[in-house]
Amino acid sequence: MAAIILLIFAPLLAGVINRAKAFFAGRTGQPLLQVYFDIAKLLRKGVVYSRTTTWVFRAGPIVSLAAVLCAACMIPLGGVRALMSFPGDFILVAYLLGLARFMTVLAALDTGSAFEGMGASREVQFAALTEPALLLALISIGSATGDWSLHEMFAVVNAHAWAAHGAVLAMATVALLAVLLVENSRVPFDDPNTHLELTMIHEVMVLDHSGPDLAFIEFGASVKFAMFAALLSGLIVPVRTGLAWVDASAALAGLFAVAVVAGVIESCMARLRILRVPQMLVAASVLAGVAILVALAQGVAP
Amino acid sequence: MTMLASIALVLLVLSNIRLLGGSRLGTLIQTVAIQGVILAFLPLFAHPGGGLNYELLAMAAATGLIKGLVLPRMLTRAVRDVQVRREVEPIVGYSTSLLVGLAALAVSAYLGWKLSPAEPAVSPLLVPVAIFTVLVGLFLIMTRRKALTQVVGYLVFENGIYTFGVSLAYRQPLLVELSVLLDVFVGVFVMGIIVFHIQREFDHIDADKLSLLRDGESQEEHQ
Repeated sequence: MAAIILLIFAPLLAGVINRAKAFFAGRTGQPLLQVYFDIAKLLRKGVVYSRTTTWVFRAGPIVSLAAVLCAACMIPLGGVRALMSFPGDFILVAYLLGLARFMTVLAALDTGSAFEGMGASREVQFAALTEPALLLALISIGSATGDWSLHEMFAVVNAHAWAAHGAVLAMATVALLAVLLVENSRVPFDDPNTHLELTMIHEVMVLDHSGPDLAFIEFGASVKFAMFAALLSGLIVPVRTGLAWVDASAALAGLFAVAVVAGVIESCMARLRILRVPQMLVAASVLAGVAILVALAQGVAP
Repeated sequence: MTMLASIALVLLVLSNIRLLGGSRLGTLIQTVAIQGVILAFLPLFAHPGGGLNYELLAMAAATGLIKGLVLPRMLTRAVRDVQVRREVEPIVGYSTSLLVGLAALAVSAYLGWKLSPAEPAVSPLLVPVAIFTVLVGLFLIMTRRKALTQVVGYLVFENGIYTFGVSLAYRQPLLVELSVLLDVFVGVFVMGIIVFHIQREFDHIDADKLSLLRDGESQEEHQ
């Protein structure tokens, strides 16, 4: 169920971020549904392929979107069930996201443009540091709650769990927020708006895609954001009443809150120097590592 | 009380991480000062039974005063005197330092839970965090070039030993603890003066260049 909610609301979250940024800049901003319009427009357009590209370039967007959608099936939204759930599914989620990134990178390299190659190199460099942070953060939540599937571990994060494992959950939240910002190429790690070659990371890799391919990428990106926002919302909104409607609407409110927070961070912070980015990511991993230590210590305690 | 002690210990770990990743000397000194304040509160939280006595309070006050206020002041003054703002080109880079910190954390958790203390520790985090702090202090001493950063490393190292002693705080005679504090105070005092003199003599405080010191003229050539 959670996956369906995520797929429906994913592009809306991007709209919420844009409106939050527009509010800070004193603009009206684009319509909340703009991303839906964009995707619909792109789907109706034709595709242009460069003659240097091969089938890898065409497969890239399709495989990435498929991988992201599979991963979304395993993400719970607060107390709302994930479509699929089994112990250790968060590792599969991390590697499905890795597969999506791998295909995007391959497609970027396939264009033969040095520009895209540079973006691919940066993307992979930062991904190598983001993945441990994501896994460690999820493991810390798992060891605090004692459950090892995403659904189970988030289903028990209620006010009582916050009272018992507050420190662990808080550190995991901060680490996951860092992962969310870097995975979705938001400020302070990357700027989704820039097209300046020295600064951008993710955006540069998709410059050569057009038409439905670009629509897939846009939709995949917004679903990815929604997935991480759902995880964060599961942490920061500890409402688990068992009533499906209450849980779902509380988690949905959390989802939009995360989008607003991302917009606020983007409006208030400057982009980090690119040399500082790995340092911040390692710090996020270390924070998650500390969270695991604390969770284990509580297990050791008599 | 255990809850408060755990929070203090987690803060201690986070401050260590900040020390590993920070390059500005001002930040490092500020973080060590924060550590000092945390350490001052630690014995109060860690006291089993909950009853406070005057010795414990005196120790907390002395620790907070010296580690949180006096030593950072002295270091800040040294920074101002020698006109060095940052640790440039550490032997191990900042991101790598943080990764080493993560490894050290794992090692100290393993060691800390392997050791079975004679006294039941106030928090299961206490021993691992103490070992971690000691390791971070040693690591800072080994991998930073500026003499002042090494002094900071020495202080962190001492903080780790202090944390270890907290598990026995109510058994430990006040006199021993106070004399250790005095030792550290004198140590940092002397180091501050030495740093100033190194700087006046050589116009820098890169400690690794001191290994090339020779007497008389060859030293002038080196400069």
